[in-house]
Amino acid sequence: MLDTPKHSVPAVATAPHTFTSNRGLDQEEPLLFEIGRPEVSGVDIEAPAPFAARLGGLERKTAIGLPGLSEPEAVRHYVRLSRKNYSIDAGLYPLGSCTMKHNPRLNEKMARLEGFADIHPLQPQSTVQGALALMQELSRWLLELTHMSAVALSPKAGAHGELCGLMTIKTAIAARGETGSRNVVLIPQSAHGTNPASAALLGFMVRTVPAGADGIVHSEAVAAAVGPDVAAIMLTNPNTCGLFERDVVAIARLVRDAGGYFYCDGANFNAIAGVARPGDMGVDAMHLNLHKTFSTPHGGGGPGSGPVVLSSRLAPFAPVPFLAREGETLRLVEHSEGTASFGRMVAFHGQMGMFVRALSYMLSHGSDGLAQASRDAVLSANYVRASLRDVMSQPFGDRPCMHEVLFDDAWLQGTSVTTLDFAKAMIDEGYHPMTVYFPLVAHGAMLVEPTESESKASLDLFIATLRDLARSALSGDSRRFSSAPHYAPRRRLDETAAARQPVLRWRPGG
Amino acid sequence: MRYLPLTDQDRTQMLHKIGVERSDDLFADVPNGLLDRGLDLPRGKSELEVERFLSALAEKNVPASRAPFFVGAGAYKHHVPASVDHLVQRSEFLTSYTPYQPEIAQGTLQYLFEFQTQVAMLTGMEIANASMYDGSTACAEAALMAHRVTKRKKTVLSGGLHPQYADVVRAMSKLADDETVALAPDVRAREDLIAAIDDSVSCVIVQSPDFFGNLRDLAALGAACHRHGALLIGVFTEAVALGLVTPPGAMGADIVVGEGQSIGNALSFGGPYVGLFATRQDYLRQMPGRLCGETIDANGERGYVLTLSTREQHIRRDKATSNICTNSGLCALAFAIHMTLLGEAGLRRLARVNHANAVKLADLLAHIPGVEVVNETFFNEFTLRVKGDAAELVEKMAVRGVLAGVPVSRLLPGVGLDDLLLVANTEVNTDDDRGAFVAAMEGAL
Repeated sequence: MLDTPKHSVPAVATAPHTFTSNRGLDQEEPLLFEIGRPEVSGVDIEAPAPFAARLGGLERKTAIGLPGLSEPEAVRHYVRLSRKNYSIDAGLYPLGSCTMKHNPRLNEKMARLEGFADIHPLQPQSTVQGALALMQELSRWLLELTHMSAVALSPKAGAHGELCGLMTIKTAIAARGETGSRNVVLIPQSAHGTNPASAALLGFMVRTVPAGADGIVHSEAVAAAVGPDVAAIMLTNPNTCGLFERDVVAIARLVRDAGGYFYCDGANFNAIAGVARPGDMGVDAMHLNLHKTFSTPHGGGGPGSGPVVLSSRLAPFAPVPFLAREGETLRLVEHSEGTASFGRMVAFHGQMGMFVRALSYMLSHGSDGLAQASRDAVLSANYVRASLRDVMSQPFGDRPCMHEVLFDDAWLQGTSVTTLDFAKAMIDEGYHPMTVYFPLVAHGAMLVEPTESESKASLDLFIATLRDLARSALSGDSRRFSSAPHYAPRRRLDETAAARQPVLRWRPGG
Repeated sequence: MRYLPLTDQDRTQMLHKIGVERSDDLFADVPNGLLDRGLDLPRGKSELEVERFLSALAEKNVPASRAPFFVGAGAYKHHVPASVDHLVQRSEFLTSYTPYQPEIAQGTLQYLFEFQTQVAMLTGMEIANASMYDGSTACAEAALMAHRVTKRKKTVLSGGLHPQYADVVRAMSKLADDETVALAPDVRAREDLIAAIDDSVSCVIVQSPDFFGNLRDLAALGAACHRHGALLIGVFTEAVALGLVTPPGAMGADIVVGEGQSIGNALSFGGPYVGLFATRQDYLRQMPGRLCGETIDANGERGYVLTLSTREQHIRRDKATSNICTNSGLCALAFAIHMTLLGEAGLRRLARVNHANAVKLADLLAHIPGVEVVNETFFNEFTLRVKGDAAELVEKMAVRGVLAGVPVSRLLPGVGLDDLLLVANTEVNTDDDRGAFVAAMEGAL
């Protein structure tokens, strides 16, 4: 029933032009610099009475050029811009590896409590005991869910957490006197780009570990790559192909026996949170993306938060600050002197606003709800897989996946439709596309992560839509694809031109 | 569970469609015995219960708005217009991802393009990126970028740089096998940075207004850097200052980085904040972080995309200019909206009010016996020398209901600066607040 289109849509070419270039609710919005004026302000501030400045002659002497808008103009500008965005609140957002789940508004309300939002990171610690207690409670949840020994809360995002983990590992290696001799990090081909980038920042050499024909890393491949020069392996589990690395325990043992550490990229923790514990699998360090697994919003690309859980082998080398308890009082240890800590990754103490949201989410779910959420995320991805497996191809065969399912473009061979075209056609159907062309190990990859936030009806409509698009693609109906999207605020944008002649800011006179 | 739409009946039907009997069958690849090992965590709570629990924790803190408040040192209490927080909570901003599909992310992309322009204007630089995590990490990234540009590895850190920024640069440099030379804490901005520069130096990192509040003229330093082929990195932690003082970009800085929290963003106990990163056009391809650029669509209409991603980790992997992925998009939006509401005229007035208030407080404090205002110049924060231990004084003043500032020893312990107190004063502070400060300090001393 859902496999047939709901109704036909008139061709867009027949629609008349409009004077404003607006199309009903789809309104054009000029740049701020084309509508604002430097002398206009939407904030009433009274200029101070004359006084003797203490600026030592460094007063700004030239105009800044910043335009201002009155409050109604500003509200309209940003509201109109907002309407040009897709969002999880408006529809299914199946970006693989990104975990676009529902963002509960309770979290936003809690993060805005004055006692959290309006406290300063350097006011006396006696006046922020509730904030420190919240950090400790968050730590307790993260450590229990992962079964690890310690947590560094301060990293600002996933990639920053990777850096934190590797800095900890490099410090631990230095403490063993093996600096220089142990400088290789093993990374599978399917890894996120942040893994090799993080390793390279610290001067590690990256040695690629091949995956098997079944999409996972086999212990034999690790055995062949590991040696006394290996500092660590960075393994994403579940991996970016949506598969659980079933040799994980053996891989951990191989690396640890060779004197290395096991860094687990926790980007995909949403598949197993509350169900299985990384600490049981030999993990030494793992970052958690609070903005993925624990529902703090992505905000159009941040802010995130990337706490790193650590094994007892690495805990002493973790960055400052960390929490200490003295009787009934909590204290932040802010200096590394006299400890084995490698030092500091950020000013202050990390993403408090995200800590509140993540804890609000975990308290709401509880241990039972977190496990159910992971199981539903995995169930939904497998439901999508099972509903599309007769049409779309999977690079590693049809087998159970974790919380995301990976398709490739083999099924599109012989058509004129590419993965990109298929993604853009999804936009016309009202969906945000899945992650495309990642991971690189699958040709024309399409990585679908529906998350646990979708109802069955929502999944069914999504599946029916993809089946309908697939039928068009396979029947040679290229109109839906080659020029898509047709119904978005912009038609396909020329990214090549943008890179060839970069225009990165507005300038007076255009 | 209120966030999970699937019913047990749905789950059964879906398992049937998949062709397995139980949820556990989908986890067959997890090694034997590692499923459901048990968690020592409570069961789920209603919204009401969660609110009660978290509100009780929040009540144990003293918010800035509940006391005369003078704490700064890299994060500042400012008034943020109500419309800012309303607008950033629009679903389409709050719950969207990085704009990888530009046709349905023009809202995010256009505000990033506007943000980049605002930051470039404010810092006096040619271009800016779409934000970093915060000021301190932007500072560390600036040093790494300077190393790529100069092909050298030595960073010179001013003694006026925020100590935690210096710590972040030092930790990164040490573990990346780069070199740092840190000058001693420089309370009165009298250090000789030029003497520290030679042809092996990649960059000099200097802050103005500096950690102790002093304003610094960077022009001679910039010229000296350039004579030796080094880059000058200008840092600020109080963005509002740039509404009143000469920006680093007008004094020869090659890279300008800073903390944008002051504009649009709450204190939030230290994060999330937004790092600002600006530089010269010439260094564009060595920049870290996301960049938004203008282009056209298939109909020839203007639009925006993420661009120059060949610098970035998802394309270049271990050859990328940075490992950064998620940045501070929503905090950048808050900055952009607040800056749009201010406009140049509003920003200049706001900055003048900040400076005027700080001058008033400095003049009041100068009359207290045993208290000395160290600075000759400052914007909205200055250093006091007090009799005795500043940290103890702050605690005593907190008991009297005044959050008086940051003892320098909290960030620089054990270097003989225990009698120094940083005091910030913004537009939120009233004459009554300043009176309360003076009374509390006189009482505590």
